[in-house]
Amino acid sequence: MATTDLTSTAPATASRRGRRPADPAQVRMGPRRWWRELGWRYVVAVLAIVYAGFPILYVISASLAEGGTLTGSNELFGTISGANYADLGDTRFWNWVVNTLVVATSTAVGTVLMGAAAAYAFSRFRFTGRRVGLSALLIIQMFPQLLAFVAVFLLLLSLGEVVPALGLNSRLALIMVYLGGALGVNTFLMYGFFNTVPKELDEAAKIDGATHAQIYWTIVLRLVAPILAVVGLLSFISSFSDFLLAKLILQSEENWTLAVGLYQWVSDLLSANWGLFAAGAVISAIPVVVLFIFLQRYIVGGLTAGSVKG
Amino acid sequence: MSTPQAPIAPPPVEEGAAARAGRSSHARTFSRGFFVKLVLVALIDAIGVYIVMAAIAEGNQAILWATVVLLAVTNWVYFTKRAVPLKYLLPGLAFLLVYQIFVVAYTGYVAFTNYGDGHNATKDQAIEALLVQNEKRVEGTSAYPLVVVERSGPLGGGELGFALDVDGEVRVGTAEDPLHDVDDGVVDDGTVTDVPGWTILTRQQVLERQRDVTGLRVPVSDDPEDGSIRTQDGRNGYVYRSSLEYDADTDRMIDTSTGVEYAPNAEGQFEAPDGTKLPVGWRVTVGFDNFVQAFGDTRYSTPFLKVLVWTLVFAVLSVALTFFVGLFFAVVLNDDRIKFRRVLRALLILPYAFPAFMSYLLWRGMLNRDYGFINTVLLGGVDINWLGDPWLAKVAVMGVQLWVGFPYMFLICTGALQSIPGDIVEAAKIDGAGPVRLWRSVTLPLVLVATTPLLISSFAFNFNNFNIIEMLTEGAPRFPDASVPVGATDILITMVYSISGLDGGAPKNYGLASALSIVIFVIVATISVISFRRTRALEDIN
Repeated sequence: MATTDLTSTAPATASRRGRRPADPAQVRMGPRRWWRELGWRYVVAVLAIVYAGFPILYVISASLAEGGTLTGSNELFGTISGANYADLGDTRFWNWVVNTLVVATSTAVGTVLMGAAAAYAFSRFRFTGRRVGLSALLIIQMFPQLLAFVAVFLLLLSLGEVVPALGLNSRLALIMVYLGGALGVNTFLMYGFFNTVPKELDEAAKIDGATHAQIYWTIVLRLVAPILAVVGLLSFISSFSDFLLAKLILQSEENWTLAVGLYQWVSDLLSANWGLFAAGAVISAIPVVVLFIFLQRYIVGGLTAGSVKG
Repeated sequence: MSTPQAPIAPPPVEEGAAARAGRSSHARTFSRGFFVKLVLVALIDAIGVYIVMAAIAEGNQAILWATVVLLAVTNWVYFTKRAVPLKYLLPGLAFLLVYQIFVVAYTGYVAFTNYGDGHNATKDQAIEALLVQNEKRVEGTSAYPLVVVERSGPLGGGELGFALDVDGEVRVGTAEDPLHDVDDGVVDDGTVTDVPGWTILTRQQVLERQRDVTGLRVPVSDDPEDGSIRTQDGRNGYVYRSSLEYDADTDRMIDTSTGVEYAPNAEGQFEAPDGTKLPVGWRVTVGFDNFVQAFGDTRYSTPFLKVLVWTLVFAVLSVALTFFVGLFFAVVLNDDRIKFRRVLRALLILPYAFPAFMSYLLWRGMLNRDYGFINTVLLGGVDINWLGDPWLAKVAVMGVQLWVGFPYMFLICTGALQSIPGDIVEAAKIDGAGPVRLWRSVTLPLVLVATTPLLISSFAFNFNNFNIIEMLTEGAPRFPDASVPVGATDILITMVYSISGLDGGAPKNYGLASALSIVIFVIVATISVISFRRTRALEDIN
């Protein structure tokens, strides 16, 4: 986490105030003009970072506080102890972590495979119903799956009577439901990217005797790796954060995902779970933050291609 | 699931390239890829056959035929020489059909039924439930001596049953399995002492599972009107029969003790001439009743209107606030002379990298009235009821949304600002535009053009931002005057969740919830159409 930088940049910028830019290419200016053009930007930036960062600092401090209550967490870094982290072992927290990782990873992999295959078909083949299919996907996108949660629940109720593994309280069923949204949301994002891969490559491979499957697996997929990373990450995060479907489908505590489990801890006001929640949140945030830092460049590109968070 | 990877084999010498290109399909070439495909399809077939068998056993026609069709299509697609595009589309399409298209269509169907508590099942199931629920001990019948038995063997699963001696024949039954004769049962002095395939519980074991034993109802036969055997002490069983009787010819429920006849009505319930209804009903289509209730009944329509307005306000304000704050910070940091610009930017998007649902929970704790960080530390010990007052709760929701959402807008605005061509800015400056004019006529329009599609999809997302409401306020504070479980911060989707009763806070009403879902679908689809017109996504198709 970059929070350590937070403390180091503030004094650093302060010490630079009034120093003239050493770059000879830049126009030398007096302190007044420096303030008008640059200095205030530093002040605003520091204020913005304090605003953006203090809840994060607070949650790290609360996870390290000795008392696991809200009151005990109010003094920033007043006490440092690993008690909350140790206490996580007595709860089902690690169960939830495994469930979440299994569900989110399976969903991400399945979404990437199915979305990429569909995008390949739309981008490379010309077949009857192609335009109709693409338009239908656009229309289907208008009906978010989440809104049909009552029907999803009822469907799983019936499926569960026949095959328990595909019914309520099954992680597999939850993955299946998430995969139902795979094509609608991501195909267009991928389709646009696939179209940027020159067709001449496919044709050259075809003339050399490659089958369509070989072209797909060995040539095209490697060339569109960036978009696969973006779609995989977005799909991972959306199933990681989904609360509604996970809460409806996973009914017993050992099957819960993090979203359901942490929600239970916080909404249950009677118990002193705050320290547990803080420790759990810090641990759960680390993989997501790391992914963000590594894939930040791709994400910004992918976002502007039309995906949304918050 | 798509066609598996195969090594690029050197082209066979005896075939011309054109001929190869003409049939580039794994369907008939016995390469490694073909065998991998064979294994995968075989696996799917095996699972499918299992589902088909289970569906036949359960008597579930819909699942049976859906599985058969999916299996047939899968096998055809992957073993024909043609249909190459389908080989790639099918896996995703299958999931899309079942878990998105079907559920949306099914929502449309449920919206026109009275599915929910009291109308949960088919008519036959409702009749059976009514007969079972109204069972009373038959007066004047003698007790049957019985023993409590447990199905033995690994598959028994501790299933309890009763074993009775009926005229020297041993009969056994469980809750699922009506009484039936057992060969080779041993009766000694009027009590059953040995039943093959069953373990007789000792007195001690019966006491340990007392609740299960006294709650056990063993049907006498498949016909619910024959009643059941129950026990109070684990030794003597009595016949219980329903005080209701169902007459299939006239389709009436008859109360045998009073002689009142109940006839089925349009709402899917049995109703007596004086208007009393039997408690268990069944699902029937009720036309537009749910919609009429939602918009015509003031108990519902008043809170719905409030919720609809707040949803729109929330979605618009979310986008506007986060956008302007994000844009402001992006403009502030958009100067090449700033040192550490990358570090500052990375720190600013921290809230974006922190998973959103945890941010909501975190703020919920920080905004706690008595012990939260905001009241006790930041504001020096004031007593502000952030999440309990209707207006303050709305302010709190907006504030949290701002914190969670501004980094995203900061990101996209930074991108948009950096892509503004420098020569346009130069030209405007040469034409004498001051900083304000430059901002109003060049920068802002260009940023808006680049970000509008994203703003529209952000609006659509926040319109259904279930997590922030459920995690932060759970829709509270509740409306004081409403008989429906809706509160001041509820948005449409959380209201549907409460009305559906799936959160356990209210009686289940799937029909009304689905009807409201349909209303939201219409609103969201309208927003999407507008946004597609804007982004001209349709042009990409050609």
